[in-house]
Amino acid sequence: MAARALGALAAVALLAAPPLLPKYPLEILISILFSAYLGLAWNILGGYAGQFSFGHAAFFGIGAYTSTLLFLRAGVSPWLGMLAGGALAAAFGLFAGYLSFRYGLRGPYFSLVTLAFAEMLRVVAVNAKVVGASLGLVIPSGTPAPSLFVFAGKLPYYYVILAMTGLALLITRRVARGRLGYALIAVRENEDAAEAAGVNALGGKLAAMALSSFLTALGGTFYAQYFAYIDPTITFGPAISIQGLLPAIVGGAGTVLGPLLGSFVLTPISELTRALLRGRAGADIMLYGLVLMLVISFLPQGLMGWRRVVRRPGR
Amino acid sequence: MSGLLLQAVVSGLLLGGVYGVVASGLTLIFGVLRIINFAHGAVMMLGMYASYWLWVWLGVDPYLSVLLTAPAFFVLGMGIQRVVIEPNRAAAEHNQLLLTLGLALFLENLALVLWQGDFRTLRVPYANASFVIGDALVEVSRLVAAGGAVLIALALFVFLRRTDVGKAIRALSEEREGAMLVGIDVARIRAIAFGIGSACVAVAGALITPFFYIAPDVGESFNIMAFVVVVLGGMGNFIGALVGGLIVGLAESLGAALLPGSLKQLVVFVIFVLVLLFRPEGLFGGARGR
Amino acid sequence: MSLLELRGLGKQFGGLTAVTGFDLILEPGEIVGLIGPNGAGKTTVFHLVAGYHRPTSGTIRFKDASIVGLKPHAICRRGLARTFQLVQPFAGLTAVENVMVGAFNRERDAVSARRRAEEILDLVGLGAKRSVPARDLTLSDRKRLEMARGLATGPDLLLLDEVMSGLNPTEIEAMVRLIRAIHGRGVTLLIIEHVMRAVMTLSHRLVVLHHGVKIAEGPPAAVARDRRVIEAYLGEDGGAA
Repeated sequence: MAARALGALAAVALLAAPPLLPKYPLEILISILFSAYLGLAWNILGGYAGQFSFGHAAFFGIGAYTSTLLFLRAGVSPWLGMLAGGALAAAFGLFAGYLSFRYGLRGPYFSLVTLAFAEMLRVVAVNAKVVGASLGLVIPSGTPAPSLFVFAGKLPYYYVILAMTGLALLITRRVARGRLGYALIAVRENEDAAEAAGVNALGGKLAAMALSSFLTALGGTFYAQYFAYIDPTITFGPAISIQGLLPAIVGGAGTVLGPLLGSFVLTPISELTRALLRGRAGADIMLYGLVLMLVISFLPQGLMGWRRVVRRPGR
Repeated sequence: MSGLLLQAVVSGLLLGGVYGVVASGLTLIFGVLRIINFAHGAVMMLGMYASYWLWVWLGVDPYLSVLLTAPAFFVLGMGIQRVVIEPNRAAAEHNQLLLTLGLALFLENLALVLWQGDFRTLRVPYANASFVIGDALVEVSRLVAAGGAVLIALALFVFLRRTDVGKAIRALSEEREGAMLVGIDVARIRAIAFGIGSACVAVAGALITPFFYIAPDVGESFNIMAFVVVVLGGMGNFIGALVGGLIVGLAESLGAALLPGSLKQLVVFVIFVLVLLFRPEGLFGGARGR
Repeated sequence: MSLLELRGLGKQFGGLTAVTGFDLILEPGEIVGLIGPNGAGKTTVFHLVAGYHRPTSGTIRFKDASIVGLKPHAICRRGLARTFQLVQPFAGLTAVENVMVGAFNRERDAVSARRRAEEILDLVGLGAKRSVPARDLTLSDRKRLEMARGLATGPDLLLLDEVMSGLNPTEIEAMVRLIRAIHGRGVTLLIIEHVMRAVMTLSHRLVVLHHGVKIAEGPPAAVARDRRVIEAYLGEDGGAA
C-alpha cells in the first residue's frame, strides 16, 4: 500500500511540478523519461520475451527517418508520420524477428544478428543521398505548430514524453499480467514445456518484437522533433541501442518498473558526470560501462531484484 | 584480371590476414570460455594506442613495440579475465555478453576520456614505401602486417599443438567434460586463453598502426569484423578463423571495388546474417552451432 | 469416430530405428497403457504424437484429421496434452501461474484463467500450494502440477509419461485415484508406465512395445500372461517394478 501511495505521489509530482522547474532540470527530466521510454520499449522484447536485442537502433532510426521524410517531402504531420514509422518498424521487426526465431537464433547469436541489422540500415542511410546521407536531416522547428509536433519551449515536449512513458508503462503492465506475458515467461523458462501447454512460442516472440519495435520507433520521432536534427549515426548507431537496453538491465529486465527505475538512476549519474567533467567526452558512458559490469556481477536481476535479495536471502 | 580487381584481391588478402589474427584471438577465447567477447575490439584499440604512445614518447618502432605490448597485454588480459569474467562464469549466457559489453563501453570511453576522439596517425619513415605487382600497388606496411599475421598464426598453431598449455586449451575447447576430469587447472587455462587472445589482438593492432588511423572507436569496426569471421569460420575453430579472415577481407575489398561509397560494409553484414541463419556452425564446423 | 489413429507409425534417427510399423486406435473414454522394457520406444511414440518429432513413416490422425507436421502448440490446441518423463515445470512461477499458462488455452483473460487454474489445482490436490514457487515443490507435487497444467488446456486426450516413477506406494495409490478422477471428467488417457500394479488396474487395454515394435495388445490379464511379453521383460532388464 505504501508503494501505491508513493507511486501516486510521484505521478502527481511528474504532472504538476515541471511548469515550475527551471530549464536545466526540465531538460534532465525529459532526458530521464526519454531513456525510460526506450528502456520500456526494449524491455518488452528483452525482458519479457528474453530476447536481448543489441540493434533496437534499427527501429528507432526507421521511426525518426519515416516521420521526418514524410514531413519534409510530403508535408505530413509528424503525429501521423509517427504512426507510419511505428508500422514500418513493426514490419521490419517482424521480418527480422521471423528470420531469427524461425532459424533458431537465441541468446548471443540473436544479439549479434540484431546488431548486424541495425548496422546495415546505418550503412544504407549513410550512403543514401535521398535521406541526406551522413549530413543528416534538419527538422524545421522555428515556428511553433502543435499540429505539426513543433512546440515553443521545452514544456510541451515534456508532457509528450511523459504521456508516451505512461502509455509504455500501461502497455507493459497489460502484457505482463495478461496472456502474452504468461506465454513469454513460459517460453523463457522452458520453451518445450510451453509449447506442450499450447503456447505458440514463435507467435509470442513475434508479438513482443512487433510491440517493442513499434514503440521504439515512436521514440525516434520524438527525438527528431525534440532535437530537430537526425543523422545515421545518431539514429541507427549502437549508442541509441545501448540507451534503450541499459536502463532496462540496470533497473530490472522483465519487470514493469525496472526501466523507469534504471533511467532515474542512470541518467542523473550521466548528467552529473558530464557536468563535473566538462569537455571530457565519454566519461558518462565510461561510467555506464562500469555500472553495467557491477550490476551484472552483483545484482543480475537489476535494481528491482534488490527487494528479493533483501527480503528472501535464501533464494 | 583487370587492374582494379587484382588490386582488390591483393588488398583484401593482406588485410584479411590481419582479420584472421584478430578473429583467432576471439575464437580462442570463445572455445575455452564459451563467451563472445564484446570487448575484443576495445583491447585491440588499446594495443594500437600502446604502440602509438611508445612511438611518440620513446621512438619505438611499432613493429618492435610488440615485444613490449604482447606480454603486457597478455598480463592485462589475464587480469581482466580473473577480475571481471571469472567471478561471473556461472551467469546466464546473455548476462555474460552484457558483461563484456560493459567492459567494451568502459575501455572505449576510457580511451576517449584520456586521449580525446581525434584521429591519430603513426607516421613511420617507411610508411609510404610500396611496390608494384602487375597492375596492383602493394604497400610495404600492409605486406608486413600480413606477414606478421602469418607469423602469429604459425606461432599460435605450434603453440596449440606442441605445448602442454596449448593442448590443454584445445582439450577444453573440444571436450570440456573430459578435460576437466583429466585434472586440467581449468581456471588457469581460462585466464591464459583470455590473455593470449588479448595479446594476439594487441599485436594485430600494432601491425596495422603504420597505415590505419588510431581512435577510441577504431575497435568497433574490427569487433564486428571479428564476429563475422568467427561465425564464418566456426566458433572455436582456429583454422576457420584464419581462413575466414581471408574470405572476409576479400569480400570487403571486392565490395569496396564494386560498390559506391561505404556500402562495402553491407557485403560483410549480409554474409554475417546469411551464415548465422543458414550455417551457424560456420564453414568449417564450430564448437557449437546455435 | 476414434479419437486417435496411428497407422504404420515409424521413426528413424539416423541408422537407429526407434519405432516401426506401429498401429494403435484409441476410442474416446478409454484408458490405454503403453508398456514395454526400457528403450522400447514408448516416449518416442509420445514425441511423435505430440509433434516433437516428425514421423519418418506412417500417419497420425486425431479427431479424424491428420496432425503430422503440426507444431506442438497447435496439437495441444486441438485437444491433445502431454506430460514429460522428466517433469518440466516453469520453475520461477508459482503453481497457479504454471497452470494458468495452460489455462490460457481456454480462457481469454487472466482472471478467468486464474479461476480455471485454481479449480484444476484443487482437483489434483495442490489447492493449498497454489502460491508456492514450482521449484519448491516435491517431486510428487511437481508431477501433479504437470498434469494440472496439461488438464488446464482442456484436452480430450492426455498422454501421461511415467507419472508414477519415483513415487512411494502411498503416492502411487493417490496418483491412481487422481487419474481415475481425471478420466471421470471425460478425458481419454494413454499412459506410459513401469509401475505394473498401477497400469494394470487402471487400463482397459494394454499395448506392449519392444525394440520399437508392438508385440502384444489386449486386456491387461491376457497381456500379462502373454509369453512374448514375459520374455521381453525378463530378457531385457530382469522384470518390471
